[in-house]
Amino acid sequence: MKDAILALLAKEPAHGYELRARLAAALGPAGGALNPGQVYVTLSRLERSGLVRSETVGQASQPDKKVYELTPDGRDQVETWLSDVSWSKVAPVEFHLKLVAAALTRLADPVALVDGQRLELLRQLHELQELAQDEPAGSEGGLLIEGAALRLQADIRWLEACEQLWLEKGPG
Amino acid sequence: MNGISGPVIEARGLVRRYPGEPAPVRAVDGVDLVVEPGEAVSVMGPSGCGKSTLLHLLGGLDRPDEGEIFLGGQQVDGLSETEWAVLRRRMVGFVFQAFHLVDELTALENVELPALLAGTGRRTARRQAMELLDRLGVGARAGHLPDRLSGGERQRVAVARAVINEPLVVLADEPTGNLDSHATGEILGLFSDLGSAGQTLLIVTHDARVAATADRLLTMRDGAIVAQTRLGAGVPANALADLLDLGGA
Repeated sequence: MKDAILALLAKEPAHGYELRARLAAALGPAGGALNPGQVYVTLSRLERSGLVRSETVGQASQPDKKVYELTPDGRDQVETWLSDVSWSKVAPVEFHLKLVAAALTRLADPVALVDGQRLELLRQLHELQELAQDEPAGSEGGLLIEGAALRLQADIRWLEACEQLWLEKGPG
Repeated sequence: MNGISGPVIEARGLVRRYPGEPAPVRAVDGVDLVVEPGEAVSVMGPSGCGKSTLLHLLGGLDRPDEGEIFLGGQQVDGLSETEWAVLRRRMVGFVFQAFHLVDELTALENVELPALLAGTGRRTARRQAMELLDRLGVGARAGHLPDRLSGGERQRVAVARAVINEPLVVLADEPTGNLDSHATGEILGLFSDLGSAGQTLLIVTHDARVAATADRLLTMRDGAIVAQTRLGAGVPANALADLLDLGGA
C-alpha cells in the first residue's frame, strides 16, 4: 500500500482523497473495504520518513486540504519498488506442519484436516467467483480476483496431493 | 419444473458393489443424500471414490444393490429399464464428460430429440430447441454437425439437450473433463446461470472452479460422503479484504 501510494504520486501531486479513489478503483470489489483512514495514516508516515512532503491548500467553503508530492528520496523508493522481484511466500509451510504434527501426536486425523481445509478453500473460491461475475470484463479489479482464484485452485490441487499421501501413510 | 414440494432427490443407504478380488468393491458404500428443489450440489473426490457411480444410480443408469431412491417423491430404485426410460425423459437431464451427442444429427436436432421423444409437437420442439441454443450462445451453430463444433460448443449443445424437457434435476458427470480452461470457464458460467434460474443440479467434478459454483459441496472417498459444506451467497466487505489479503497493506 505504502509503495503504491508513492508510485501514484510519481505521476503528479495529489491529495489523500484522490489517492484513495484511485487505489479503490484498482482493487475493484475489494476497494470498498479500503479503510479511508489507512491512506491518511500511511501518508503521515511517509512524510515523517521524508519520502513525501505536503503543502496545505486553503479552500473557500471547505476545510483546508493537504496536497502531497514525492521527494527525491521518495522517487528513488518508487524505482526500487518497481524493479524489486520479491514475491509473497509460496510454500504452505504452516498447514504442512499442522498435518505432520497431527499425525505425530494423533491429536487429529490429517486426512480429516485436509477435507475440512479443502471445503474452506472451495468456499472462498465460490465467493471469488461470485465477485468476478459482477465485474465488467477486462477490469483491473477482475484481474486481481482472477489472481486470487488461480492461487486457490493451485492450493486445492495441492490438498489433493496431501490427501493422497496421508491416506497412504494411514492414521499415525 | 413439475412443481413438487418435497426433496427432488432422496437417497437412503445406497450401496453398489462390483465384483473384485479378493472381495467385492463397494463403489458406493452407504450414501444418504437429500437434494432440495433449486439446490445446486457438487460432488468432489479422487478418481474411484464412487462419485460417478452415485450419479449413475441417481439417474437410473445403474442399479443399487441396497438402499432406496426417490425422485420427486416417487420411489424409483425398483423400476424396470423401460419404466426408467420413460421417467428419465421427463425428470432427468444428463450432461456427460464426452458430450454423447448423436454425430449424425445437427446441434438443433440433437437438442430437439428428447422433446420429440417426450411427445412434444415437431414445431414446438424446434422452437424450444432454437431458443435454448440462442440462450446458451450457440444459436449460430444450430445447423452444424457435432464434429464441426468446438468442445465448449458441444457441451453447450449437450446442456441445452439436458434441459429442454425442463427436468426435475440435471445430473452432470465431469462436464468440463474434456474442455480446456477457457471452455471450462464458459460452461461453469452456464451452470451458475442454471443454478440462479432455479434448476436443481447435481454435478460430479474434480474441477474446483466447477465445484465452487454450487450451493452445497460434498466430498466422497471410498464410496462414502466424508465431508460437506454449504457455500454462502454474498460476502461482507471485511471478509473480502481478508480474502484478497489487504489486511495489513
